[in-house]
Amino acid sequence: MKRQIIDRIVGRLTFIPAFAASLLLIVMTGVLCIRSQEILLNQSLPTLLFSSVWQPMAGKFGFLPFIAGTVWVTFVAMALSIPISLFSAIYLSQYAHRRIKATVQPLIDLLAGIPSIVFGLFGVLLLVPLVKDLIAPAFHISTSGYCVLTGGLVLAIMVVPLITSIAFEVLTAVPEDMRIASLAMGANRWETVKYVVFRKAFPGIVAAVVLGFSRAFGETMAVLMVVGNVAKIPSSLFDPAYPIPALIANNYGEMMSIPLYDSALMFAALLLLVVVVIFNIIANIVLIRVKRGIS
Amino acid sequence: MAGKPITISHLNVRIGDRNILKDISVSIPPNKITAIIGPSGCGKSTMLKCMNRMIDLVEEIDIEGDVHIDGENIYGSGIDVSLLRKKVGMIAQTPNPLPMSIYDNIAYGPRIHGQRKRTDLDEIVERCLNTVGLWSEVKERLEDPAAKLSIGQQQRLCLARALAVQPEVLLCDEVTSSLDPVSAKHIETELSSLKNDYTIVFVTHILRQAKRLADYVIFLYLGELVEYGPANEVFFHPKDPRTAAYIEGVFG
Repeated sequence: MKRQIIDRIVGRLTFIPAFAASLLLIVMTGVLCIRSQEILLNQSLPTLLFSSVWQPMAGKFGFLPFIAGTVWVTFVAMALSIPISLFSAIYLSQYAHRRIKATVQPLIDLLAGIPSIVFGLFGVLLLVPLVKDLIAPAFHISTSGYCVLTGGLVLAIMVVPLITSIAFEVLTAVPEDMRIASLAMGANRWETVKYVVFRKAFPGIVAAVVLGFSRAFGETMAVLMVVGNVAKIPSSLFDPAYPIPALIANNYGEMMSIPLYDSALMFAALLLLVVVVIFNIIANIVLIRVKRGIS
Repeated sequence: MAGKPITISHLNVRIGDRNILKDISVSIPPNKITAIIGPSGCGKSTMLKCMNRMIDLVEEIDIEGDVHIDGENIYGSGIDVSLLRKKVGMIAQTPNPLPMSIYDNIAYGPRIHGQRKRTDLDEIVERCLNTVGLWSEVKERLEDPAAKLSIGQQQRLCLARALAVQPEVLLCDEVTSSLDPVSAKHIETELSSLKNDYTIVFVTHILRQAKRLADYVIFLYLGELVEYGPANEVFFHPKDPRTAAYIEGVFG
C-alpha cells in the first residue's frame, strides 16, 4: 500500500518540473511580447523588419542590417559545417578503425563543450589575421578581417563538433543488421552508407543539423568578437556585419537612456526566439513525414 | 542455373588468441543442402561467414587457409568482394529488411550490380517473390515499407532479396530460429526446392531440421571439424564418439 502511495506522489512531483519547463517558453515569449509592445505601437512591423535605417537617436529602428547580418553569418557557418560534420561522422561511424574512433570521438565531444568565449579569442588571434592577410588578398580584396567570413568560420568551428557528435550517435544507432544486409548483397561501404545507413538515420541527421543551426543562429559571444559589428547590410563575405545577438549583448543596459531602445532590443530578442521556434517546428514536421516514409 | 562446389582447405580463424576454427578442410558439393551442426559457440556461423568474407567485418581477425568457390580462391589477391557476395548470397538469423519498400528491397542487389531498367527490375521482383511464395501476399503493396511485413514474411523477403542477384551459393545462418513454426516450415520447403539451382549451406542447432533438410552434414565441435559425410551416415552411423554423443543429446 505504501509503495503505491509513493509511486503516486512521485508521479505528481515529477510532473511539476516537466510542466514548468514547457511553461517557461510561454512565459518568456509572453514577457518579450509585452516588452516589445512599445516599439510595435510606435513603428509598423514591416518598417521594423525591412527598413535598413538604424538611427536610435532619431527614433528610427530598422532591423534589416541585423537580420541580414544574422542570416549571412549563419548561412556561411552552416554551409561550411554541414558537409564537414556529416563527412566526419560518416568516417568515424563507418570507416574508422576502432582505435582511431576511440581517440578522435572523445576529442570531438570535448570540443563541443568548450565555452564560446574561447572560440571567440581563437577567432581574434588566428582567424581574423588569417582572413585579413591570406584569404582576402587571394581574392584581391582588402578587409579588416572582422567580417562575415570570420564570423562564419568561428561559428562553423563551434558547430562542427556539435553536429558531428550527434550525427555520429545517430549513424551508429542504425542497426548493424541493416548494414550487414547491404554488405552481404555486395554493396560496398559507401553504397551502404548512401542507400541504407543514411536513409535510416535521416531523421536524426535532420535533428542534428537543426540543433547546429539553433546554436549558430543564437551564438553571441564568439561572433561578436570577430564580426565587426557595423550596422550596415553586408554586401560580401569580407564586409563587417552586426548579427542580432551581438546587437542585444552590446547594447542592453548601455543605451537605455534612448527612448524606445529597450523595447527595440526586446523585439530583437523576440525575433530570435520566434525564428528558432519556427525552424524547430518545420524540422519536426519534416521528421514526422520522413519517419512515416521509412519505418 | 547451377550451384557451385565449395572447397575449404586448412582454414584457421583466430580472434586475438582465441582459436575459433582449427584447420578445417572439407568439400561441399554443388546442388545439395549441407548442414553445419554443433553446439553453440563451436564456430558454425564463423565458418559460414568465411564463405562470403563477411568475416572481414570482424576487427582484429586472423584468417589462414583457402576457400575455393567454383575453383577460385576467395582469399586470393585481386578478388572483388562485391562480386563474390553477388555470387554467394547470405540470409541472416533474424530477418533484416532494408529501410525501404518491399520492391526496393528486392531491387537493391540488382541495382547495386548495375541493373537499372525498370522493366527488368519489375520482372526480377515478381520472379523472386514468386519463388519464395510471397508474390500473391504482397503484390498489391509493393511500395509499402518492408518493415510492415510479419517476421515470417520478412524472412522470406530476405530470401527473395538474396535470390535477386542470381547467386550460385546460398548461406543460411539459423534462418528459422526467430520464426514461428508455420513460417519456419515455409522457409524449409523453399530451401529444399531451391537446391536444384543452388549450393546451399545452412547452419542450424535444431537436429530435427538438419535431418529433414540436409543431404550432407558437417559436425563442428569447439572449432574442430569432427565429422563430415552424407546426412544418413552422420546421423545414423556416426564414426566419432563426440558426434554420437551430440546426436543423442548428451551436450547441446
